[in-house]
Parts: sequence; C-alpha cells; structure tokens
Amino acid sequence: MNLKELYQEIILDHGKNPRNLRKAENFNKDAKGYNPLCGDKVHIFLKLDENKKIQDISFEGSGCAISMASASIMTELLNGKNEKQINEIVKDFLEMIKNKENLDNNDLKDDEKTKLMCLSGVKKYPMRVKCATLAWHTLTSAVNNSQKEINTENL
Amino acid sequence: MNINNIKKEFPIFDNKVHNNDLVYLDSANSSQKPKVVIDRIYDFYTKEFSNVGRSVHYLAVTATNLYENTRSSVKKYLNAKYENEIVFTKGATEAINLVANTFGQKYLNEGDEVLLTELEHHSNYVPWHFLKNSKKIKINFSEINENGEITLESIEKKISKNTKLIAVTHISNVTGAILPIKEITALAHSKDIPVLIDGCQGAPHLKLDMQDIDCDFYAISCHKMYGPTGLGILYAKKKWLDDLPPYQGGGGMIQEVNKDGVTYGDLPNKYEAGTMATAQVIAFNESIKFIEKIGIKNIERHESELIQYGEEILRKNNSVKLIGNPQNRGSVLSFNIDGIHPHDIATILDEEGIAIRAGHHCCQILHEKLNLTASARASIGVYNTKDDIDKLKESINKCKKIFELK
Repeated sequence: MNLKELYQEIILDHGKNPRNLRKAENFNKDAKGYNPLCGDKVHIFLKLDENKKIQDISFEGSGCAISMASASIMTELLNGKNEKQINEIVKDFLEMIKNKENLDNNDLKDDEKTKLMCLSGVKKYPMRVKCATLAWHTLTSAVNNSQKEINTENL
Repeated sequence: MNINNIKKEFPIFDNKVHNNDLVYLDSANSSQKPKVVIDRIYDFYTKEFSNVGRSVHYLAVTATNLYENTRSSVKKYLNAKYENEIVFTKGATEAINLVANTFGQKYLNEGDEVLLTELEHHSNYVPWHFLKNSKKIKINFSEINENGEITLESIEKKISKNTKLIAVTHISNVTGAILPIKEITALAHSKDIPVLIDGCQGAPHLKLDMQDIDCDFYAISCHKMYGPTGLGILYAKKKWLDDLPPYQGGGGMIQEVNKDGVTYGDLPNKYEAGTMATAQVIAFNESIKFIEKIGIKNIERHESELIQYGEEILRKNNSVKLIGNPQNRGSVLSFNIDGIHPHDIATILDEEGIAIRAGHHCCQILHEKLNLTASARASIGVYNTKDDIDKLKESINKCKKIFELK
C-alpha cells in the first residue's frame, strides 16, 4: 500500500480547499448523508433546469480529506450534466471505487476521468471506501428526490 | 517489572502490520490477549468442554467447577462480600442494560430522574434513554469543567429530590478524567440514592475495592482486561440482586416451571439465563491471574508514567490539541491535529503499524459539547513502552508532512 496513492496532491488540495462548499441559491433538490462510524456529514444541493440538467451543484458538510475531496471533485465534474448522465457517472464511479480498473463512461472528458481516478487509491483501504462514496450516494438520493437521509451503514 | 518480557507474553506482537512492528494504542477499545488466556480457551474446548450447571457427568462437573472458580477469583479481585454478587453478562453493555431494565421496572416512574454525566459512553446512556420512553423518566447530565473533568460539585448541583439513581463512568474514555467515584457514592448514599459505576476504563487500570468504593453496581468489560470478548461482569450488592426482578428468562435461571407459574433460581443463577459464555468465563480466570502476577499497582504506576510521558510529548507539538486536561488522567490521550481529520491521521498511522482509534468513541454527547465531530485517541495497556509513544510522535510528524502542515 502506498499512502501517496491515497493522498495525492489533488486530493489534498480539494480536501483543504473544497470547491462549491456552499448552499446553492434557489436549489430545487437536496439530500443529506451521514457516516455514523466517523461522523462525516454531507448535504448536497442541486438546481436542475426544466430539462433536468444541473445548473448549479454544491454541498455543505464536514469530514476527512477523502470525503471532502470526493464531494468537491464530484460537484466540479457534474455541473452541466443531465439526470441520465449523472446516474451513469455515479454508477461508473461507484463500480470503479469498489473493483474496476478504469472509468468507462463517455460523458466525462479524459482529463476529468484522470481527476476522478485520483480517488481510486481508496480501493486499497476498505474502511475508507465509505468516505469516498458518501457524497455520491447522497447525490443519487437528491436526484431521485427520495428525501431519504443516506446512512453509510445501511447501504 | 520488565515490559519487554511482559510484551512477549502477547503473541499478537509477533505479527507485522504493513511490514512494521505493531504499535498497539487502542487498548481502551479492546486490549490484546496474553498467551495464557488464548491457550486456556483452546485447552478448555480440547480437554474439558461441557455445558455448566446442568448435567451430572464428569465433564459437566469439571466445567462447572472451573466456571465457578472464575467467579470466586473475581469476587476476591474486586473485594466483593459474596461470590453471589458477581454476575456474568455478555459485556459491560449488558451489565448496564440489566440494571437499567430491572431497576427501571421496579423503582422508576414518571417524573423520576436518573443522573448521568456528559462523559458517558453510549452504553451508559442508551439503556437509560429507553426508560425515557417506557417510564417517562428524565435524564440529567452533570456537566464537565474546562479540563474535561466531572467534579463532586457538578454532581451535587444536579441532584434533585427526584433523583433515583446516579450512573457515572469511572474513567472517561475520551478526556481520560478519573472521576471521584468514592466521594460521589458517599454523597449519593447520604441522600439514599444508589450508584452505578461504568467501570470499562477503570477495571483494566486501577486497583478496585468494592468495600472501599461502596458503589451499588459496577460494570466491567472483560475484553478490555486482557480477557476474551463476549464477556462482561456486573458486580452488584447482594441486597439489590435479591430485590430486583430477573432480567432475561430461560433455562438455568429458574427454580420450578409449570403452567401455573414460575419460581426463580437463587443467586447468581437468577441473572444467568441460558448457556453462558463458558469458555470465556473460564479463560478470564487466566486474565485475572496475569494481572495479579504483575500486580495491578505496578500496572497502574507503569501506565501512569507512560501516559504522562505521552501527554508531555503531544503538548510540545503545536499542531496537536489534546482533549481534556484532567488532574488525574487514566490511560487515554485524545487529540486533534489542526488541518487533518482524525480518520486521515488513523490511516496514515496505520501504515506505520500504529493502531489508534478515530471517531466519536461512542461519546457523541461529549463530542457535541466540545463542538467536535471526531477525535483521534491513543490509549495504552501494560504492554506499551516509551518507544511506542516516540513512534506515535514521529508518525504525527509524518501526517503533518503529508498534509503539508508546518
């Protein structure tokens, strides 16, 4: 195992200075997520237009470098995507973080995929996978309007 | 006392963690087990196994005697008055649930109050919380001071005419504060209030004398005392065990059962329904012998020196913020590092073979009070050395380097 793979420059940067860490103005969808084991909390806000395309995406919360970086990178990459694309990218990311070598989705540009792959180091740290996936599960809950608080212990 | 020789009695330290020697700083969570305890479990299952207290055959008699021998050792170790004051449970959690349930049933009614402290582990909060719903009782919290301690005054302040029981921890598993449990008990008894002590962090580290403390109930977690998991002990004064209703119903706890009624067994059977954790109980006798061979006073002195050393080292590091500054500190050091989340600290330390705990340590009420979501915690046992603390210090510096902190 290599800590440098886990704590890459880009993760540390996003962990320390998370992008889109705010409440989106006029959001029309949101969901909360919680990891009771470590106390990580996230609240995702979405503003979707009439075509279900993201006009604004942001989050509030607190947690470890991995969970904050993951949420931050997610909000950067998904802005402008539509509901179908979001669901596919989330599915692809969750598969990658668990057991897949690469990302297959074509809605992301190569440099965007490279950025997201920085989180793949988490694979070798099973206890930390939940940190990386919390924001993504919570996003799914917001998009699907399920209003259910995501709890990583019940996934 | 030669710690390196003591450490050799723990086979776990023969293993490498990520190619490093194991530095185990998570004993407040659960301690490691000496070989004598591990071997005892194997030997019991290999040579002596049978259920206890039921059959008349040779193995049943042997197993029953071994099981009761542990009760007798625990009675002596705690300086209890009677062997019947020692009840085996599946853990300290069950021990506290047993008291909350049975005492609650018989003595707590709407408007009655139970006094806890802000330091309590969830296992000494949630069982009482159940009674908030079922019995409409009120829970009060004695508040911590700026050092993370509970003083006698803070207890006294929260006692009211409705206080029916006081349940406090012996040592905080977060701030490390050792509570003045003898004084708290004396104060409570002067007002006819019984006292339960959550001894999870006290029993492995301090000399215990139930006659001196005089508490009504004392809950122990055996796996934190170099013993097996799945086992706890409730010490309770005989008058309470005689007086309170049974907890769980089943085999072993009855006198006679027929369609018209049930009569319950004598102590300690009344509170030990079903097949108990027999192998664990028998092996726990070896844990007590192990502690007594070294001497609990020697363990206390060694750990106290070590924790003081750790406290000094961590205080010298400007980025480290210790949680709590108690005058009397038990065997834990909880801390945060500015700019690094406890989970990241724990992952980086793990890579070096250092095991610490990160999270809220089952004390969310305390973390909320301290305005923290989580903390890192290093806790020690008899096998730890100054070398372990030095390695902790070096690895904390490594965390800072990775996170590019000064």
